[in-house]
Amino acid sequence: MSVRRLAKEQPASFAFSKATMKEAEWWIAKYPAERKQSAVIPILWLVQKQEGWVSEPAIRAIAELLGMPTIRVLEVATFYTMFQLSPVGSKALVQVCGTTPCMLRGAGDLIQVCKDKIGPKQALSADGKLFWEEVECLGACCNAPMAAINDYYFEDLTAETLSQIIDDFAAGKSPKPGSYIGRVASEPEGGPMTLTDPSLYDGSAAKKIKVLPNSQPRKEPA
Amino acid sequence: MPVAKVNGVEVEFEPGMTVLQVAERAGEEIPRFCYHERLSIAGNCRMCLVEVKPGPPKPQASCALPAADGQEIFTKTPMVEKARKGVMEFLLINHPLDCPICDQGGECDLQDQAMYYGRDESRYLENKRAVEEKAISPTIKTYMTRCIQCTRCVRFVTEIAGESEIGLISRGEDAEIITYVEDAVTSELSGNLSDICPVGALTHRPWQFHYRPWELKKTFSVDVMDGMGSSIRVDSRGAEVMRILPRVHEGVNEEWLGDKSRYIVDGLNRQRLDRPYVRRSGKLTPASWDEALDAVAAKLSASSPDRVGVIAGDLQDAESMKAALDLFRALGSANTDCRQDGSALGGGAERAGWLFNSTIAGIEQADVVLLVGADLKREAPLLGARLRKGWLANHVTVGAVGRAVETTFGVKQLGGGLQSLLKLDKDFVRLMEGAKAPAIIVGPGALSREDGPQVLRAVADMAKAYNVVRPDWNGLNFLHNAASRVAGLDMGFLPGAGGLSAREMLKPGALDVLMLLGADECDASASSAFKVYVGSHGDRGAHGADVILPAAAWVEKPGLYVNMEGRVQMGERAVFPKGEAKEDWAILRALSERLGKTLPYDSHDQLRALLMAEHPSFGRIDYVPEAAQPLDLSSLGDRKLVQKAEDTGAFASPITDYYLSNPIARASVIMAELSALRVKAQAPMAAE
Repeated sequence: MSVRRLAKEQPASFAFSKATMKEAEWWIAKYPAERKQSAVIPILWLVQKQEGWVSEPAIRAIAELLGMPTIRVLEVATFYTMFQLSPVGSKALVQVCGTTPCMLRGAGDLIQVCKDKIGPKQALSADGKLFWEEVECLGACCNAPMAAINDYYFEDLTAETLSQIIDDFAAGKSPKPGSYIGRVASEPEGGPMTLTDPSLYDGSAAKKIKVLPNSQPRKEPA
Repeated sequence: MPVAKVNGVEVEFEPGMTVLQVAERAGEEIPRFCYHERLSIAGNCRMCLVEVKPGPPKPQASCALPAADGQEIFTKTPMVEKARKGVMEFLLINHPLDCPICDQGGECDLQDQAMYYGRDESRYLENKRAVEEKAISPTIKTYMTRCIQCTRCVRFVTEIAGESEIGLISRGEDAEIITYVEDAVTSELSGNLSDICPVGALTHRPWQFHYRPWELKKTFSVDVMDGMGSSIRVDSRGAEVMRILPRVHEGVNEEWLGDKSRYIVDGLNRQRLDRPYVRRSGKLTPASWDEALDAVAAKLSASSPDRVGVIAGDLQDAESMKAALDLFRALGSANTDCRQDGSALGGGAERAGWLFNSTIAGIEQADVVLLVGADLKREAPLLGARLRKGWLANHVTVGAVGRAVETTFGVKQLGGGLQSLLKLDKDFVRLMEGAKAPAIIVGPGALSREDGPQVLRAVADMAKAYNVVRPDWNGLNFLHNAASRVAGLDMGFLPGAGGLSAREMLKPGALDVLMLLGADECDASASSAFKVYVGSHGDRGAHGADVILPAAAWVEKPGLYVNMEGRVQMGERAVFPKGEAKEDWAILRALSERLGKTLPYDSHDQLRALLMAEHPSFGRIDYVPEAAQPLDLSSLGDRKLVQKAEDTGAFASPITDYYLSNPIARASVIMAELSALRVKAQAPMAAE
């Protein structure tokens, strides 16, 4: 983590889109009227969805919407590292996990790909389409190494697959998220490794039950 | 009451107290940084760790732990010591070792506590963190690397000052205190931030690198910048006042102080009148005391007594006003007035007719408050902090009649002028009638206009109708913005029989000789009289004067001051008057001798004794009258129609700029800077 500040270059203004506003109102309605600032995190998130990042005019707009001091919104926006305080790629925000399991499984290679394809970390690519950063554990260690790109996890990556994915994003395509070695979620690679005995599933292993559990009143201890 | 044991000693405590408070009650000192008894509890510095039984076998942060009946608290066990030493070591990891060049050095909580809990050497070889400095305010010097993130400043600004301008952004090692996009802190109480900062992160910018705290001579005094009479400590070195800090006075300023009262210090050294001046062929030229006094005496003795008069200013001590009053009465003049703003107050038999009757601390008891032409941010910011306290606790409703002004609490605006006062909003009337402790605060803006008596009468009628003055509660409060005003009214520094009021004295052709005793807030330019200015600073009053008699500023003379609630307080001399300047009473005494009407006192003590003998209320130092003083409401004001209520505008404070409301403030560079900043903040934002 590093010191988090608002970006130097800021847009002149910010306006909630109709859709964002509708969702924001839904969130605000969840809280008592005098506590509507409770909706600050979801609304920051909505704004980030709309713009891709959280700008200074947006922070002011949120503060006004929720009737709270701007500094309080800034505190929240700078506290959570998932709020982007500077513009991210128009096509893709690549967040490569660099924590131990991914690191052991080759996150270093992925990072090298990002450096080659996009540029130094925490900076926009030259064409403004791509942005990458290294993040801490994203909780998909079974599928290491992985990266979160925009809203989805891309798992079991190699330098080649990630490089292809980035190219696809840059070309305006939407690559398929999930595992890139063909497995479903975090199932074992190459099919199931345990509980493979068919007899487990034909009922032969089950013992006859004489009395159904909890079917009779409990005897009081003497 | 529940009982807890602190280190084996039983202590009774009130329910709701924290372990830290109970331990303090038992006389144990608990180290702390983030805990402050007037702010909310954060519990983030972890320095106040103690051991409690029953409880988990680990140290507990005592500031945030409610005490329980039968609890055993240990503050000196080896576990506690070790834990606190551990916390101190963590605090010092990133704290620079720059005490020798730090302004907080010598009065730093971290330094003091590190003496006991600190290790003698660091075990950390890593780089210390460095944090960018912030331009927070002209009054605050930041050195953010020293910050230990106690968040006292954030809580003070949000809770007491009522302007959420400071926050703690980011987290962990990167956390830093910042204002929103380098905005300035605009509160009038910003100086207190440097006071409550337990380390040297926020220090007083105007005085940075000017002194070390142990070199200073500390003199207890009273603030004269507003009518509150805040308790202050004047720290001086040699002939110069170096700084002014608040003293704790629960009845008046708690432990805060307004920025004007604090940073006025540089104004004491600028624009000073340090020698007498006499106007010769249209130009003020330096003169000797003899020449100046002779010139005044010649004019005074040549004029008829009803053609001479004196107006006393806002910063005068009681003794100098007494001397001036005695002198002019001895001359046979009835033209004396201490109300240079033309206020309608005073003259009645009862002090309650011009005091802040609920008392400053007592205003916190009020549940419905009506502000009439009172602009608390400008006239008494600390009183505003008191009302804010009640407003935050949700037990006070405040309504205001007068020009809409900024406040630090929620206000129902009920109109602007006398018209709205006479026809007060029905809902608010119902609130007033049903209130347990209703209060009306009448500011100088309402009473200093031509129709002041009429407004005063309307207010008195209202007080009667809503039962504001009761045997056990007097909520009729007069807010004064001048430190000298109540003393003047107490001693009857008012026009005598047939005498002219300040407003009348200032009219062209009204007088032959007009003495301005530190009176700078009245416009004497129209007056054709021979003007004698007695005062400390060359400002409006001195510019138009024919003779200037240089006097002492309030820190340069002992004096009695009566604050708006009627509390008499004694200020001590911190330094001597500048140059040839003399104490005001001594100037008047010397003048009286030349006029052959020698005043009957040769020393300040004799003068003070006479004042106390003639007006016993002055003898009761630091004593505030009972909350419910008898007051005959029908004696207040005048029903006589001066102007039709419909024709008058909204009540507006006579103070247009908080930072520039008196000659000392106008001489101060810091005040000018703050004022400019405020003007900028209030200017409408340019279209983006």
